Amino acid sequence: MTFPAAVLSMAGLDELISTLAGDGYRVVGPTLRDQAIVLAELTSAGDLPAGWAVQTGPGTYRLKRRADSAVFCHSAGPQSWKQFLHPPDRKLWSADRDGFHPADDRQQPPFAFLGVRACDLAAIDTLAGVLGAGAWPDRSFRGRYRGLFVVAAGCTEPGGVCFCASMGTGPRPGPGYDLALTEQIDQAGHRFVVEAGTEAGAQVIARISHRAAGEAELIAARAAVDAAAAAMGRQMPAVDLAGLLAASRDSVSWEQVAERCLTCGNCTMVCPTCFCTTTRDSSGETGEHAERWQHWASCFELDFSYLHGGSVRSSGESRYRQWITHKLGTWHDQFGRSGCVGCGRCIAWCPVGIDITEEIATLVALREEGAGEAAGD
Amino acid sequence: MNADPMLPARYLVADTRRETHDSVSLRIVPAGEPLPAFRPGQFTMLYRQGVGEIAISVSGDPSAADGSLTQTIRDVGAVSRALCRCEPGDIVGVRGPFGTGWDLESAAGHDLVVVAGGVGLAPLRPVVLGALARRAEFGRVVVITGARNPREFLFREQLAGWADDPRLEVTLTIDQPAAHWHGQVGFVTEPLARQETEPARTIAFLCGPEPMMRFSAEALMARQIPAASIRLSLERNMKCGVGLCGHCQLGPLLICRDGPIVDYETAQPLLAVREL
Repeated sequence: MTFPAAVLSMAGLDELISTLAGDGYRVVGPTLRDQAIVLAELTSAGDLPAGWAVQTGPGTYRLKRRADSAVFCHSAGPQSWKQFLHPPDRKLWSADRDGFHPADDRQQPPFAFLGVRACDLAAIDTLAGVLGAGAWPDRSFRGRYRGLFVVAAGCTEPGGVCFCASMGTGPRPGPGYDLALTEQIDQAGHRFVVEAGTEAGAQVIARISHRAAGEAELIAARAAVDAAAAAMGRQMPAVDLAGLLAASRDSVSWEQVAERCLTCGNCTMVCPTCFCTTTRDSSGETGEHAERWQHWASCFELDFSYLHGGSVRSSGESRYRQWITHKLGTWHDQFGRSGCVGCGRCIAWCPVGIDITEEIATLVALREEGAGEAAGD
Repeated sequence: MNADPMLPARYLVADTRRETHDSVSLRIVPAGEPLPAFRPGQFTMLYRQGVGEIAISVSGDPSAADGSLTQTIRDVGAVSRALCRCEPGDIVGVRGPFGTGWDLESAAGHDLVVVAGGVGLAPLRPVVLGALARRAEFGRVVVITGARNPREFLFREQLAGWADDPRLEVTLTIDQPAAHWHGQVGFVTEPLARQETEPARTIAFLCGPEPMMRFSAEALMARQIPAASIRLSLERNMKCGVGLCGHCQLGPLLICRDGPIVDYETAQPLLAVREL
């Protein structure tokens, strides 16, 4: 079913936030903090980062002032929606003499995410494919995911590290949103063209101030988003990535990248789909009360692959190989899709600027070189 | 049934049995609702209050109908040490059973070759017990088990019983000659290579250190046994046990979900790569 597109003013956007909050949602969206655009609970449209954009490159993320007061014209920041759907630290259970008691996080109000770009919308779906599916889904994740209301934002100004177009996840938001906004600023004013993806989304629009979108307005909004595909700073080589990585387990490139990689795990922390966790057990001094907490873990940690006697992946090259191979290759075997959505965060937040697209290009070049040598023999 | 896979069930330690200087078998019984029955080859996540949780394979008789679980633990770290020190009456937390099994059912009509190294005999004991319980369904049942020295064999009394059981062909071998040892000396691959096996009707079950499994699998393949007929129990770091935490990856596999029992056709290219 399709719903008629609408147009919201800035005041209408503010009404959207207050309406969702009134419906019991915790509205989370972009806001300015600590020289970055982060994600936090919003109380009004005034919390949005009006007039700010970002400049990104390998190992670089800088805010920059805009000439206009656009609120969604910035590419991905250091955080992703994973922060909320798959929290960094979470109690799993507590135990006492009576037994094990699950941590109760069902009472928390649901989230409404405002300003989810296509890459991150795909990332939410990717996370759901790992944590919310399968024989043993993470119930806590599933509860938060099911209650979610998503307001996507069509991306019109991708950044220097963006490559969603080459991952097939954007720039136009794919399915999974309740509402999709496209921000437009011109002589006609500052406005948001809204398309509803669900009945729930359409109902929210019906309750707030809006006007119907004209055909031309809708076409212009979609064209602005589609044009972003050509403005991305990076591109993932169009090869069979899973096949390339499976054939590159013994590549010399791992040693080269390990010379630069600090194995700090920043890429895994900022990645919107890296889902790995570990647990921490603790007990009180008397030993009667114990708790288990789950927190994010990284495949770059030495302990991550620890088995009695040592870690399976002790070298930096094996850990980088694990990360990129899982992200782009073996994720397909495990979960039926790619683990990368092309948001570029791992490139921007790598302290030494290692670029996932460049590393793939290197593997492609090495393979071609190898094939050339084999043919020349 | 304990429907939340992250929440341990309380089990009471009923018996403990010291197997070797560093290995103990615990028989545990449900203190509340029992967990689902296990399939040979599966593992549980065993938790000792205040210390932590580790993956341990089930080593008991799959036909035990009293809801009890028998698990054999080797003391190699803080949690395994705490579990090895459990005494009757202690409470442990148990999640599971998780993972793939040996799938003994699909081996009906075949000769079974069971090859174990050290504590690797633990998850294979249910295979031998399962085969003995339905002995007529299988052809030959060959058991080859190795240990560093005679005191390092798990389940020693049971092994002695198996050695005398005409329904089984049992070979015990130790790495180095030892006083009063009259059995084989050498790695499991040596008696394995001497087996007169029928490639088309043989299914092999391997568990032990990774190099031992690789060499055993290669010895079997040298006898024309297809890689798909060789099953291994693999080990990687496990935290959640249910495919959610990412720790136990081996290439495309999540060992807790796609393993621990994997056929050698799948495992061979993965085990050949260093630090994969």
